[in-house]
Amino acid sequence: MILLAGLGFRDAALLRSEFVRPVARVAGHWGAEWSYCHYSRLQDDPADGYDAVILCGTALKDTGYLREIGRFSWLIEAPVPVLGICAGMQVLSLVHGGTLRPACEIGMVDVRVLCPNPVLPPLPSFQAYALHRYSCDPPPGWTTLAVSETCVQAVSHPHLPLFGVLFHPEVRNGVVIERFLSLVYHGKEGEGEEGQDAPPSGHG
Amino acid sequence: MRVGVLCSGGKDSLFACMCAMQEEEVACLITVFPDNPESYMFHTPNLHVVRLQARAAGIPLVAGTSRGREEEELADLSRTVAEAVERHGIEGVVTGALQSVYQASRVQAICRDLDLWCFNPLWYADPGEYMETLVSSGFDVIVSAVASEPFDRTWLGRRLDRAALQDLRRYAERYGTSLPGEGGEYETLVLDAPFFRHRIVIGESEAVWQNFRGVFHVKEAWLEGDA
Repeated sequence: MILLAGLGFRDAALLRSEFVRPVARVAGHWGAEWSYCHYSRLQDDPADGYDAVILCGTALKDTGYLREIGRFSWLIEAPVPVLGICAGMQVLSLVHGGTLRPACEIGMVDVRVLCPNPVLPPLPSFQAYALHRYSCDPPPGWTTLAVSETCVQAVSHPHLPLFGVLFHPEVRNGVVIERFLSLVYHGKEGEGEEGQDAPPSGHG
Repeated sequence: MRVGVLCSGGKDSLFACMCAMQEEEVACLITVFPDNPESYMFHTPNLHVVRLQARAAGIPLVAGTSRGREEEELADLSRTVAEAVERHGIEGVVTGALQSVYQASRVQAICRDLDLWCFNPLWYADPGEYMETLVSSGFDVIVSAVASEPFDRTWLGRRLDRAALQDLRRYAERYGTSLPGEGGEYETLVLDAPFFRHRIVIGESEAVWQNFRGVFHVKEAWLEGDA
Protein backbone atom coordinates (compact mmCIF):
# COMPACT_ATOMS: atom_id res chain seq x y z
CA MET A 1 0.00 0.00 0.00
CA ILE A 2 1.33 3.40 -1.07
CA LEU A 3 0.62 6.53 0.97
CA LEU A 4 -0.14 9.50 -1.26
CA ALA A 5 0.34 12.64 0.81
CA GLY A 6 -1.41 15.84 -0.30
CA LEU A 7 0.62 19.00 0.26
CA GLY A 8 -2.04 21.60 -0.59
CA PHE A 9 -2.51 24.59 1.75
CA ARG A 10 -5.76 22.95 2.75
CA ASP A 11 -7.35 19.61 2.04
CA ALA A 12 -9.30 20.96 -0.93
CA ALA A 13 -10.86 18.78 -3.60
CA LEU A 14 -9.70 21.21 -6.29
CA LEU A 15 -6.07 20.59 -5.34
CA ARG A 16 -6.54 16.84 -4.80
CA SER A 17 -8.05 16.37 -8.23
CA GLU A 18 -5.21 18.25 -9.91
CA PHE A 19 -2.17 17.04 -7.98
CA VAL A 20 -3.03 13.75 -6.26
CA ARG A 21 -5.54 12.03 -8.55
CA PRO A 22 -3.21 11.95 -11.60
CA VAL A 23 -0.49 10.32 -9.45
CA ALA A 24 -3.04 7.85 -8.08
CA ARG A 25 -4.11 7.06 -11.62
CA VAL A 26 -0.57 6.09 -12.63
CA ALA A 27 -0.09 4.05 -9.46
CA GLY A 28 -3.44 2.33 -9.95
CA HIS A 29 -2.71 1.44 -13.58
CA TRP A 30 0.63 0.03 -12.53
CA GLY A 31 -1.20 -2.17 -10.06
CA ALA A 32 -0.35 -0.58 -6.73
CA GLU A 33 -2.92 0.00 -4.03
CA TRP A 34 -2.85 3.47 -2.57
CA SER A 35 -4.37 5.54 0.18
CA TYR A 36 -4.62 9.32 0.40
CA CYS A 37 -3.95 11.57 3.37
CA HIS A 38 -3.50 15.33 3.64
CA TYR A 39 -0.22 16.23 5.35
CA SER A 40 -2.00 18.07 8.16
CA ARG A 41 -3.63 14.80 9.26
CA LEU A 42 -0.46 12.71 9.28
CA GLN A 43 0.29 11.48 12.80
CA ASP A 44 3.52 10.19 14.32
CA ASP A 45 5.17 7.52 12.16
CA PRO A 46 2.76 8.17 9.29
CA ALA A 47 4.62 5.76 6.99
CA ASP A 48 3.94 2.92 9.40
CA GLY A 49 2.08 0.16 7.58
CA TYR A 50 2.85 1.54 4.12
CA ASP A 51 5.28 0.21 1.54
CA ALA A 52 6.25 3.67 0.33
CA VAL A 53 5.24 7.33 0.42
CA ILE A 54 4.67 9.70 -2.48
CA LEU A 55 4.55 13.38 -1.55
CA CYS A 56 2.39 15.06 -4.22
CA GLY A 57 2.77 18.59 -5.51
CA THR A 58 0.44 21.54 -5.17
CA ALA A 59 -0.58 24.77 -6.92
CA LEU A 60 2.03 27.24 -8.16
CA LYS A 61 0.92 29.93 -5.71
CA ASP A 62 0.79 27.55 -2.77
CA THR A 63 3.56 27.88 -0.17
CA GLY A 64 1.58 26.77 2.88
CA TYR A 65 3.64 23.57 3.25
CA LEU A 66 6.81 25.67 3.64
CA ARG A 67 5.35 27.35 6.71
CA GLU A 68 4.67 23.97 8.30
CA ILE A 69 7.89 22.22 7.50
CA GLY A 70 8.06 20.89 11.08
CA ARG A 71 5.18 18.56 10.26
CA PHE A 72 7.49 16.68 7.91
CA SER A 73 10.26 15.87 10.39
CA TRP A 74 9.24 12.19 10.15
CA LEU A 75 10.90 12.19 6.74
CA ILE A 76 14.34 12.55 8.38
CA GLU A 77 14.22 8.90 9.31
CA ALA A 78 11.72 7.69 6.77
CA PRO A 79 11.50 3.91 7.16
CA VAL A 80 10.20 3.35 3.62
CA PRO A 81 11.04 4.61 0.12
CA VAL A 82 9.86 8.15 -0.58
CA LEU A 83 9.23 9.97 -3.85
CA GLY A 84 8.76 13.71 -3.44
CA ILE A 85 7.12 15.49 -6.37
CA CYS A 86 7.66 19.24 -6.81
CA ALA A 87 6.59 20.63 -3.41
CA GLY A 88 7.33 17.11 -2.16
CA MET A 89 10.92 17.35 -3.38
CA GLN A 90 11.27 20.74 -1.69
CA VAL A 91 9.99 19.32 1.60
CA LEU A 92 12.19 16.24 1.36
CA SER A 93 15.24 18.39 0.68
CA LEU A 94 14.49 20.91 3.42
CA VAL A 95 14.07 18.36 6.21
CA HIS A 96 17.38 16.77 5.21
CA GLY A 97 19.27 20.05 5.31
CA GLY A 98 18.86 21.34 1.75
CA THR A 99 17.82 24.89 0.91
CA LEU A 100 15.36 26.49 -1.50
CA ARG A 101 16.08 29.12 -4.08
CA PRO A 102 13.62 31.04 -6.27
CA ALA A 103 13.41 29.38 -9.69
CA CYS A 104 10.20 29.58 -11.68
CA GLU A 105 9.42 27.25 -14.54
CA ILE A 106 6.03 26.75 -16.18
CA GLY A 107 5.49 24.27 -18.99
CA MET A 108 7.64 21.73 -20.79
CA VAL A 109 11.36 21.90 -20.04
CA ASP A 110 14.38 19.91 -21.16
CA VAL A 111 15.71 17.81 -18.31
CA ARG A 112 19.30 16.60 -18.58
CA VAL A 113 20.01 13.36 -16.73
CA LEU A 114 23.43 13.51 -15.07
CA CYS A 115 23.89 9.90 -14.00
CA PRO A 116 22.19 6.52 -14.39
CA ASN A 117 19.57 6.02 -11.68
CA PRO A 118 16.59 3.80 -10.93
CA VAL A 119 13.73 6.25 -11.47
CA LEU A 120 14.39 8.69 -14.30
CA PRO A 121 14.23 8.02 -18.03
CA PRO A 122 17.65 7.08 -19.44
CA LEU A 123 20.43 9.50 -20.32
CA PRO A 124 20.89 11.93 -21.89
CA SER A 125 17.66 13.94 -21.53
CA PHE A 126 13.89 14.04 -21.65
CA GLN A 127 11.06 16.56 -21.70
CA ALA A 128 9.09 17.18 -18.53
CA TYR A 129 6.25 19.36 -17.27
CA ALA A 130 7.44 21.91 -14.73
CA LEU A 131 5.25 24.04 -12.49
CA HIS A 132 7.19 25.56 -9.62
CA ARG A 133 8.46 28.82 -8.16
CA TYR A 134 11.31 27.33 -6.12
CA SER A 135 14.02 24.79 -6.67
CA CYS A 136 16.39 23.14 -4.19
CA ASP A 137 20.05 23.14 -3.46
CA PRO A 138 20.23 19.47 -2.44
CA PRO A 139 21.05 18.40 1.12
CA PRO A 140 24.75 17.71 1.85
CA GLY A 141 25.83 14.37 0.41
CA TRP A 142 22.74 13.96 -1.78
CA THR A 143 23.15 13.29 -5.49
CA THR A 144 21.84 15.64 -8.15
CA LEU A 145 20.33 13.26 -10.70
CA ALA A 146 19.09 15.75 -13.27
CA VAL A 147 18.97 19.45 -14.08
CA SER A 148 17.14 21.81 -16.41
CA GLU A 149 18.57 25.02 -17.78
CA THR A 150 17.17 26.82 -14.75
CA CYS A 151 17.66 24.53 -11.78
CA VAL A 152 18.05 21.11 -10.16
CA GLN A 153 15.26 18.77 -11.31
CA ALA A 154 15.92 15.51 -9.46
CA VAL A 155 17.85 14.42 -6.38
CA SER A 156 18.40 11.26 -4.36
CA HIS A 157 19.74 10.28 -0.96
CA PRO A 158 23.24 8.76 -1.12
CA HIS A 159 22.16 5.40 0.37
CA LEU A 160 18.42 5.30 1.02
CA PRO A 161 15.61 5.08 -1.57
CA LEU A 162 14.57 8.70 -1.12
CA PHE A 163 13.99 10.56 -4.38
CA GLY A 164 12.86 14.06 -5.26
CA VAL A 165 11.73 15.26 -8.66
CA LEU A 166 10.85 18.90 -9.24
CA PHE A 167 8.98 18.27 -12.50
CA HIS A 168 5.55 16.60 -12.46
CA PRO A 169 6.03 12.98 -13.53
CA GLU A 170 2.27 12.37 -13.52
CA VAL A 171 2.19 14.55 -16.65
CA ARG A 172 3.74 12.69 -19.61
CA ASN A 173 6.35 10.95 -17.45
CA GLY A 174 4.29 8.36 -15.59
CA VAL A 175 7.23 6.01 -16.12
CA VAL A 176 9.06 7.78 -13.28
CA ILE A 177 6.31 6.83 -10.85
CA GLU A 178 6.20 3.31 -12.29
CA ARG A 179 9.94 2.88 -11.84
CA PHE A 180 9.73 4.11 -8.29
CA LEU A 181 6.98 1.56 -7.60
CA SER A 182 9.03 -1.13 -9.29
CA LEU A 183 11.92 -0.31 -6.99
CA VAL A 184 9.58 -0.46 -3.99
CA TYR A 185 7.97 -3.80 -4.85
CA HIS A 186 10.65 -5.59 -6.80
CA GLY A 187 13.72 -3.93 -5.36
CA LYS A 188 15.15 -3.57 -8.80
CA GLU A 189 15.98 -0.82 -11.19
CA GLY A 190 13.53 -0.45 -14.02
CA GLU A 191 16.05 0.81 -16.55
CA GLY A 192 15.27 -0.01 -20.15
CA GLU A 193 11.88 -1.44 -19.28
CA GLU A 194 9.70 1.64 -19.47
CA GLY A 195 6.25 0.76 -18.25
CA GLN A 196 6.83 -2.95 -18.75
CA ASP A 197 7.19 -4.05 -15.17
CA ALA A 198 4.49 -6.41 -14.05
CA PRO A 199 2.48 -5.45 -10.97
CA PRO A 200 3.54 -7.20 -7.79
CA SER A 201 1.46 -10.17 -6.82
CA GLY A 202 -1.20 -9.37 -4.26
CA HIS A 203 -1.64 -5.82 -5.57
CA GLY A 204 -4.30 -4.54 -7.92
CA MET B 1 -12.06 31.61 -2.11
CA ARG B 2 -13.69 33.67 -4.86
CA VAL B 3 -12.75 32.28 -8.25
CA GLY B 4 -13.49 33.01 -11.89
CA VAL B 5 -14.02 30.18 -14.36
CA LEU B 6 -12.61 30.46 -17.88
CA CYS B 7 -15.58 29.51 -20.02
CA SER B 8 -15.76 28.55 -23.67
CA GLY B 9 -19.30 27.24 -23.36
CA GLY B 10 -18.15 23.64 -23.77
CA LYS B 11 -18.41 20.65 -21.45
CA ASP B 12 -14.97 20.92 -19.86
CA SER B 13 -15.22 24.51 -18.69
CA LEU B 14 -18.72 24.06 -17.27
CA PHE B 15 -17.89 20.75 -15.62
CA ALA B 16 -14.84 22.43 -14.05
CA CYS B 17 -17.20 25.20 -12.95
CA MET B 18 -19.37 22.64 -11.16
CA CYS B 19 -16.29 21.15 -9.46
CA ALA B 20 -15.24 24.62 -8.28
CA MET B 21 -18.74 25.44 -6.99
CA GLN B 22 -18.62 22.49 -4.65
CA GLU B 23 -16.14 24.12 -2.32
CA GLU B 24 -15.26 27.59 -3.58
CA GLU B 25 -17.33 30.60 -4.54
CA VAL B 26 -17.57 31.00 -8.30
CA ALA B 27 -17.86 34.77 -8.58
CA CYS B 28 -17.86 35.02 -12.37
CA LEU B 29 -17.37 33.31 -15.68
CA ILE B 30 -14.63 34.74 -17.89
CA THR B 31 -14.81 34.63 -21.68
CA VAL B 32 -12.83 36.35 -24.40
CA PHE B 33 -14.92 37.14 -27.48
CA PRO B 34 -13.23 37.71 -30.83
CA ASP B 35 -14.11 40.95 -32.62
CA ASN B 36 -14.25 38.98 -35.82
CA PRO B 37 -16.20 35.78 -35.23
CA GLU B 38 -15.23 34.41 -38.65
CA SER B 39 -11.63 33.93 -37.59
CA TYR B 40 -12.76 31.63 -34.82
CA MET B 41 -15.25 29.71 -36.90
CA PHE B 42 -13.79 26.31 -36.29
CA HIS B 43 -12.37 26.97 -32.86
CA THR B 44 -15.09 28.41 -30.70
CA PRO B 45 -18.43 27.99 -32.39
CA ASN B 46 -21.42 29.41 -30.57
CA LEU B 47 -19.37 31.40 -28.08
CA HIS B 48 -22.30 33.82 -27.89
CA VAL B 49 -24.28 31.14 -26.03
CA VAL B 50 -21.95 31.70 -23.03
CA ARG B 51 -24.01 34.82 -22.23
CA LEU B 52 -27.09 32.60 -21.89
CA GLN B 53 -25.14 30.03 -19.85
CA ALA B 54 -24.07 32.76 -17.41
CA ARG B 55 -27.68 33.90 -17.04
CA ALA B 56 -28.85 30.30 -16.67
CA ALA B 57 -26.33 29.73 -13.90
CA GLY B 58 -26.96 33.11 -12.26
CA ILE B 59 -23.24 33.91 -12.43
CA PRO B 60 -21.95 37.24 -13.78
CA LEU B 61 -19.96 37.10 -17.01
CA VAL B 62 -16.77 39.07 -17.53
CA ALA B 63 -16.56 39.42 -21.29
CA GLY B 64 -13.30 40.49 -22.85
CA THR B 65 -12.57 41.12 -26.48
CA SER B 66 -9.81 40.05 -28.79
CA ARG B 67 -8.84 40.95 -32.30
CA GLY B 68 -8.34 37.25 -32.80
CA ARG B 69 -4.62 37.42 -33.50
CA GLU B 70 -2.86 34.47 -32.02
CA GLU B 71 0.11 36.42 -30.73
CA GLU B 72 -2.19 38.82 -28.86
CA GLU B 73 -4.47 36.18 -27.33
CA LEU B 74 -2.44 35.89 -24.18
CA ALA B 75 -2.53 39.62 -23.50
CA ASP B 76 -6.26 39.71 -24.30
CA LEU B 77 -6.96 36.91 -21.84
CA SER B 78 -4.73 38.44 -19.19
CA ARG B 79 -6.51 41.79 -19.50
CA THR B 80 -9.90 40.08 -19.16
CA VAL B 81 -8.81 38.11 -16.08
CA ALA B 82 -7.46 41.35 -14.55
CA GLU B 83 -10.88 42.90 -15.15
CA ALA B 84 -12.49 39.98 -13.32
CA VAL B 85 -10.16 40.62 -10.37
CA GLU B 86 -11.16 44.26 -10.31
CA ARG B 87 -14.90 43.72 -10.71
CA HIS B 88 -15.43 40.57 -8.68
CA GLY B 89 -12.44 40.34 -6.36
CA ILE B 90 -11.46 36.88 -7.52
CA GLU B 91 -8.33 35.34 -6.04
CA GLY B 92 -8.14 32.39 -8.41
CA VAL B 93 -8.92 31.14 -11.88
CA VAL B 94 -10.41 27.75 -12.78
CA THR B 95 -9.94 26.10 -16.16
CA GLY B 96 -11.29 22.96 -17.80
CA ALA B 97 -7.86 21.93 -19.10
CA LEU B 98 -7.66 18.14 -19.49
CA GLN B 99 -4.20 17.31 -20.79
CA SER B 100 -3.14 20.28 -22.86
CA VAL B 101 0.16 21.41 -21.39
CA TYR B 102 0.16 24.29 -23.86
CA GLN B 103 -3.23 25.58 -22.71
CA ALA B 104 -2.56 24.98 -19.02
CA SER B 105 0.88 26.61 -19.08
CA ARG B 106 -0.48 29.76 -20.70
CA VAL B 107 -3.11 30.20 -18.02
CA GLN B 108 -0.66 29.29 -15.24
CA ALA B 109 1.68 32.03 -16.46
CA ILE B 110 -1.12 34.60 -16.59
CA CYS B 111 -2.14 33.68 -13.04
CA ARG B 112 1.44 33.94 -11.80
CA ASP B 113 1.78 37.40 -13.32
CA LEU B 114 -1.49 38.52 -11.71
CA ASP B 115 -0.69 36.76 -8.40
CA LEU B 116 -3.74 34.49 -8.69
CA TRP B 117 -4.38 30.86 -7.84
CA CYS B 118 -4.88 28.56 -10.81
CA PHE B 119 -7.00 25.43 -10.51
CA ASN B 120 -7.46 22.68 -13.10
CA PRO B 121 -9.88 20.17 -11.56
CA LEU B 122 -9.99 17.96 -14.67
CA TRP B 123 -6.23 17.80 -15.09
CA TYR B 124 -5.22 14.32 -16.26
CA ALA B 125 -8.55 12.91 -15.14
CA ASP B 126 -9.27 9.44 -16.48
CA PRO B 127 -11.04 10.14 -19.82
CA GLY B 128 -13.49 7.25 -19.42
CA GLU B 129 -14.44 8.13 -15.87
CA TYR B 130 -14.81 11.80 -16.69
CA MET B 131 -17.07 11.22 -19.69
CA GLU B 132 -19.12 8.68 -17.74
CA THR B 133 -19.62 11.20 -14.93
CA LEU B 134 -20.48 13.91 -17.43
CA VAL B 135 -23.28 11.99 -19.11
CA SER B 136 -24.70 10.75 -15.83
CA SER B 137 -24.71 13.92 -13.76
CA GLY B 138 -27.40 16.10 -15.26
CA PHE B 139 -25.54 17.87 -18.07
CA ASP B 140 -27.18 18.37 -21.45
CA VAL B 141 -24.34 18.67 -23.94
CA ILE B 142 -24.47 18.75 -27.73
CA VAL B 143 -21.70 18.43 -30.30
CA SER B 144 -21.24 21.86 -31.84
CA ALA B 145 -18.37 21.13 -34.22
CA VAL B 146 -16.39 18.22 -35.60
CA ALA B 147 -12.98 18.39 -37.21
CA SER B 148 -11.76 14.93 -38.14
CA GLU B 149 -12.63 11.49 -39.36
CA PRO B 150 -14.56 9.42 -38.44
CA PHE B 151 -16.96 12.09 -37.22
CA ASP B 152 -19.60 12.67 -39.90
CA ARG B 153 -22.36 15.23 -40.25
CA THR B 154 -24.75 13.22 -38.07
CA TRP B 155 -22.68 14.36 -35.09
CA LEU B 156 -23.54 18.02 -35.61
CA GLY B 157 -26.02 18.94 -32.91
CA ARG B 158 -25.99 15.38 -31.53
CA ARG B 159 -26.60 15.02 -27.84
CA LEU B 160 -23.74 13.56 -25.81
CA ASP B 161 -25.67 10.77 -24.16
CA ARG B 162 -24.85 7.15 -23.39
CA ALA B 163 -25.25 6.03 -26.99
CA ALA B 164 -22.96 8.82 -28.18
CA LEU B 165 -20.42 7.92 -25.51
CA GLN B 166 -20.49 4.34 -26.73
CA ASP B 167 -19.73 5.53 -30.26
CA LEU B 168 -16.93 7.73 -28.92
CA ARG B 169 -15.45 4.75 -27.12
CA ARG B 170 -15.56 2.74 -30.32
CA TYR B 171 -13.88 5.58 -32.24
CA ALA B 172 -11.21 5.85 -29.55
CA GLU B 173 -10.44 2.15 -29.81
CA ARG B 174 -10.59 1.93 -33.57
CA TYR B 175 -9.17 5.28 -34.68
CA GLY B 176 -7.26 6.45 -31.62
CA THR B 177 -9.36 9.60 -31.26
CA SER B 178 -9.47 11.18 -27.82
CA LEU B 179 -12.61 10.23 -25.89
CA PRO B 180 -13.21 13.75 -24.55
CA GLY B 181 -12.12 15.32 -27.85
CA GLU B 182 -8.88 16.57 -26.37
CA GLY B 183 -7.26 16.59 -29.79
CA GLY B 184 -9.92 18.94 -31.15
CA GLU B 185 -11.79 16.06 -32.78
CA TYR B 186 -15.08 17.61 -31.67
CA GLU B 187 -16.33 20.63 -29.76
CA THR B 188 -19.31 20.79 -27.46
CA LEU B 189 -21.91 23.22 -26.22
CA VAL B 190 -23.64 22.93 -22.83
CA LEU B 191 -27.39 23.52 -22.88
CA ASP B 192 -28.11 22.47 -19.31
CA ALA B 193 -26.08 21.76 -16.18
CA PRO B 194 -27.01 20.72 -12.64
CA PHE B 195 -26.39 24.27 -11.47
CA PHE B 196 -28.42 25.98 -14.24
CA ARG B 197 -31.71 27.47 -13.09
CA HIS B 198 -33.07 27.30 -16.63
CA ARG B 199 -32.11 25.19 -19.58
CA ILE B 200 -31.13 26.70 -22.90
CA VAL B 201 -33.51 26.10 -25.78
CA ILE B 202 -32.27 26.27 -29.35
CA GLY B 203 -34.74 27.91 -31.74
CA GLU B 204 -32.94 28.17 -35.03
CA SER B 205 -29.75 26.41 -36.03
CA GLU B 206 -27.77 25.56 -39.13
CA ALA B 207 -25.36 22.69 -39.71
CA VAL B 208 -22.50 23.51 -42.07
CA TRP B 209 -20.43 20.59 -43.33
CA GLN B 210 -17.53 20.06 -45.68
CA ASN B 211 -14.58 17.67 -45.86
CA PHE B 212 -15.05 16.07 -42.45
CA ARG B 213 -15.25 19.44 -40.79
CA GLY B 214 -18.49 20.90 -39.66
CA VAL B 215 -20.09 23.39 -37.34
CA PHE B 216 -23.53 23.40 -35.78
CA HIS B 217 -24.33 27.11 -35.68
CA VAL B 218 -26.85 28.13 -33.05
CA LYS B 219 -28.58 31.11 -34.61
CA GLU B 220 -31.32 31.64 -32.07
CA ALA B 221 -31.52 30.42 -28.50
CA TRP B 222 -33.17 31.44 -25.26
CA LEU B 223 -33.63 30.32 -21.67
CA GLU B 224 -36.62 28.10 -21.05
CA GLY B 225 -39.36 30.26 -19.60
CA ASP B 226 -38.06 33.37 -21.38
CA ALA B 227 -39.78 32.71 -24.67
